Amino acid sequence: MSAYRLENGGYIDRSQQISFQFDGKKLSGFQGDTLASALLANHVDVIGRSFKYHRPRGILAAGLDEANAIMQIGSGAESSPNLKATQVELIEGLQARSVNAWPSLKFDLLAVNAVFKRFLPAGFYYKTFMWPDWHWFEPAIRNAAGLGKSPDQPDPDIYDKRSADCDILVIGGGICGLMAARLAAESGANVLLVEVDSAWGGSALCWPTLIDDSDAASWCASTVAELHQKPNVVVLNRTMAFGYYDHNLVGLVQRLVPAQSDGLTPRERMWKVRAKTVVLATGAFERPLVFPNNDRPGVMLASAGASYVSRFGVAVGRKVLIATNNDSAYESAFVLKEAGVDVVALVDARASAASEVTQRAQDMGLVIISNSTVTNVKGSSGLRSAEVCELNADNQPVAKSRRSIQCDSVLTSGGWSPAVHLFSQSGGKLKFDDETQAFVPKRSVQNEISIGAAAGIFELGASLAHAQDRIGTVLKSLNLSAKPTETSVSKHAGLGAIKSLWSVEGEMLDRPGAKAWVDFQNDVTSSDVKLALRENFRSVEHVKRYTTLGMASDQGKTSNVNGIGVMSVELRCDPGDVGTTKFRPPYNPLTIGAFAGRRVGENLNPLRPLPSAARQIELGAKLEDYGGWHRPAYYVERGQSEHECVSKEVLATRNSLGLFDASPLGKIEVFGPDAAEFLNRIYANNMKTLKVGRCRYGLMLNENGIIYDDGILARIAEDHYLVGTTSGHASAIADMLQEWLQCEWVHLDVATSNVTTNWAVMNVNGPKARALLEKFDSSFDFGAHAFPHMHFREGELEGVPCRIQRVSFSGELSYEVSVPWGYGASLFDNIMVLGEEFAIQPFGVESLMTMRIEKGFLHVGSDTDGMTVPQDVGFGRIVEKKTDDFVGRRSIMRPDALRSGRRQLVGLDVTDGGDALPIGGHVVDQGQSPPTASRGWVTSSVFSPTLSKPVALGLVEGGADRIGDEIEIWDLGTRRRARIVAPGAYDAKGERLHV
Amino acid sequence: MLNIKCPWCGERPEVEFRCGGESHIQRPGPHTEVSDEAWANYLFYRDNPKGVLFERWVHSGGCGEWFNVARNTVTHEILAVYQMTDPKPVLEDPKE
Repeated sequence: MSAYRLENGGYIDRSQQISFQFDGKKLSGFQGDTLASALLANHVDVIGRSFKYHRPRGILAAGLDEANAIMQIGSGAESSPNLKATQVELIEGLQARSVNAWPSLKFDLLAVNAVFKRFLPAGFYYKTFMWPDWHWFEPAIRNAAGLGKSPDQPDPDIYDKRSADCDILVIGGGICGLMAARLAAESGANVLLVEVDSAWGGSALCWPTLIDDSDAASWCASTVAELHQKPNVVVLNRTMAFGYYDHNLVGLVQRLVPAQSDGLTPRERMWKVRAKTVVLATGAFERPLVFPNNDRPGVMLASAGASYVSRFGVAVGRKVLIATNNDSAYESAFVLKEAGVDVVALVDARASAASEVTQRAQDMGLVIISNSTVTNVKGSSGLRSAEVCELNADNQPVAKSRRSIQCDSVLTSGGWSPAVHLFSQSGGKLKFDDETQAFVPKRSVQNEISIGAAAGIFELGASLAHAQDRIGTVLKSLNLSAKPTETSVSKHAGLGAIKSLWSVEGEMLDRPGAKAWVDFQNDVTSSDVKLALRENFRSVEHVKRYTTLGMASDQGKTSNVNGIGVMSVELRCDPGDVGTTKFRPPYNPLTIGAFAGRRVGENLNPLRPLPSAARQIELGAKLEDYGGWHRPAYYVERGQSEHECVSKEVLATRNSLGLFDASPLGKIEVFGPDAAEFLNRIYANNMKTLKVGRCRYGLMLNENGIIYDDGILARIAEDHYLVGTTSGHASAIADMLQEWLQCEWVHLDVATSNVTTNWAVMNVNGPKARALLEKFDSSFDFGAHAFPHMHFREGELEGVPCRIQRVSFSGELSYEVSVPWGYGASLFDNIMVLGEEFAIQPFGVESLMTMRIEKGFLHVGSDTDGMTVPQDVGFGRIVEKKTDDFVGRRSIMRPDALRSGRRQLVGLDVTDGGDALPIGGHVVDQGQSPPTASRGWVTSSVFSPTLSKPVALGLVEGGADRIGDEIEIWDLGTRRRARIVAPGAYDAKGERLHV
Repeated sequence: MLNIKCPWCGERPEVEFRCGGESHIQRPGPHTEVSDEAWANYLFYRDNPKGVLFERWVHSGGCGEWFNVARNTVTHEILAVYQMTDPKPVLEDPKE
């Protein structure tokens, strides 16, 4: 190809030179260029290799419909894969690389695929690589077929999000979109106007137009400037509407300049816009003609050829042949001709007919070859000629009429496809319009209208009249109005009388090997489509997946309708009967960063800090995520293992005093005359009989009878309970209580309040706990009789409101001291200071877990699973005794819940003298080896520092009846011996609790 | 994403809500008299109509109140929003 920069014209600034690199080669363009226009101006003809056959490819289009020019932009962490060169604005220092070529663009080893292309027809994956195993081939195929590479470092850019709503969202900043936005703005409506391109004007950037006798570009500029001034209008360019969702929600992605990260400006902003009405002024995509070797560099869309001249001052060739089946390509031809480019011929598939455009073409000296089309292009490096054939009455090329015409580029137009993507995503139904040979909107489902080319109206004057009319209706529905302005526009060719010409095949010219491309990016030819039909794939969705037509990153913008056309010819039906595949968001690829927004790194799932968080760090806590809380696992001692650290904490607590920040414990207050009745329905055990000032362990089930949570309840007053939940379940249980109250037991007079983060809780644990608390100035009597185990007291501690529960998860004397959250840190500090004389030791979650396993207390989620009912954990008699209904009550009466041999929680006493049992290890009968039945598994296991031996809990089939049985634990080939015992290896009688 | 009109807070986006599934499900009782089949029906069996579905939703990211929503499962059109204690409304679905 011999593209070159024109002396004049285009919306580029020739005084602003910009240097950039393509595949390491230094090139330069101008301010206002896209990467694509700059590459053309630098005579770069081959910009990539095709996906499957690695054929050389050139630029096809000028907008986001580009199928070939897929680039890797930037390097390192900022590298972006798979951007379209036609959408990349040229900036200083830009680095672009072609993808899909190995080892280099000029010499692509994988181009041998093209030689063997008869082995790679549609469905070749399914047919060829089945033996011996697909996975044997997969890496090589993936390597051969890959597009760009994702960067291997974290994205340094910032991405933003915002929500907005408006009366009217106008999508598309072409002439119709601008007109619609102007009318809507005048009516006083809140308007949001978006345009995906950096430049406004749409087709006016391609074909020069006069609006009210002034140049369309200046009309667009003044209209946009005018809209910018209005307080009721937001105007965004570089902003793509990528998805149309329920209830008129439209997703936008705004690209923000500068493109290079400055650490402050977001790179992109995602908008979620809820609009009363959406105006789709999204324009249309030109379809390429399908003929043998139509994928060669130098073959482009006719409108793209015009765009490069009009917008970028680039001529795509010195001798250009234009082939078409409609009038719009004439308009493109005029643009080239007026720019001084030699248009060697206008090859028109239609019979010659005198019309305004043909007359104008003749007046300009253009040669029209009627009733003919292009059937091949030639030239090994760069196009040299095109083959043109006459068409017979059946649209078949007549072989003997073929002739060769010298040219260095071929521009084609096979008609236009309205960009109905968003319309279709909104649920709108399409129809195939014979007159325009296009799928156009038929019936709306949501509040939107299509105008301009998006509505299938291709002539500008008619488009504008239609748009003004439709906007008037929309404004009326919003009780608004604006006076349509009389606007005169220059006469445009439009589509004219288009002739259906879906494909010309090599077979028709006795050249069966010459393939005609339908989908450039995924390398799908018309013969692939026909093969799929021969193999009886009839649904358009099946043909798409079997051939991969339209499945590339361009989602078939230029290829889908041509594929449907080829199918319709083969199936002898109307393209409308073939139908389209489903349009799904996103309209055009977008970055994952835009979806992630600011929710990256530590903001993805922010951890909640303890009230004593600052002190934890000073104390050397190893902080980890426990149910969304940043809590100490254990306190690190230099040179000691985790087990040694945990052992030290456990022994200090058991022998004297330990301190644990238990603030995340769930705390829900339940008030009201029916509080007792309500909680009795929520818990598996009886809560009505709980006396004021006392605590009780409660087991909570879900309605399936499965253990969901456990915790300590305190009855503060007759009509006031404090429900304790596990840290991870606090908010879920608060929600669940409300669901039962609001949806099922609506007559119960109960209020609940989740006070988890109102109260900080310091757990003072160990034999010296009482002595420590007595050192505080408080209103509490900590005496063993005044404040026994499982009791609750309210009062003041150092003048601060305080609630204390004497409960224990460790098996030692233990108090949970609650103060308002803001006092939590100072309480922690004071306990540490006052505890010095008892050699107080802070301990973490791992130590607490060790102590509860020694004690044999279950931990919901560790020692229970999605099948565990209360009978399995020793609650059988308690639930049996309770006659009232409760959540899950009926479910634990199911035959399966009552059968014998269920897995039950037991203790496991290690008899082989070894270390801690493996958690998850299977319980098998003595002397058995796999394959053998698993009788259950180890659920919790530690080496007990207190008892100096391993202790474990497990779920074992019929476990409660097997106490004393010798069993074996089998885990990944290792075998251990243990005896089933009752849970509770440490202080089984609970003597240490009642002191 | 749906736009749901909370009876207390007005129109808010779906992300502020949580769907609690089909509404007007009667919890059978007393438990001693409920058959396994009736209990299984209550626990597991739900309508899955192509058309109007009566659901309960909670404004979890807002006022925390539960309410009923009649939603067309095909078009996602919300045909009615009503209190938990209100009876199921009789709706004429124009789309059917």
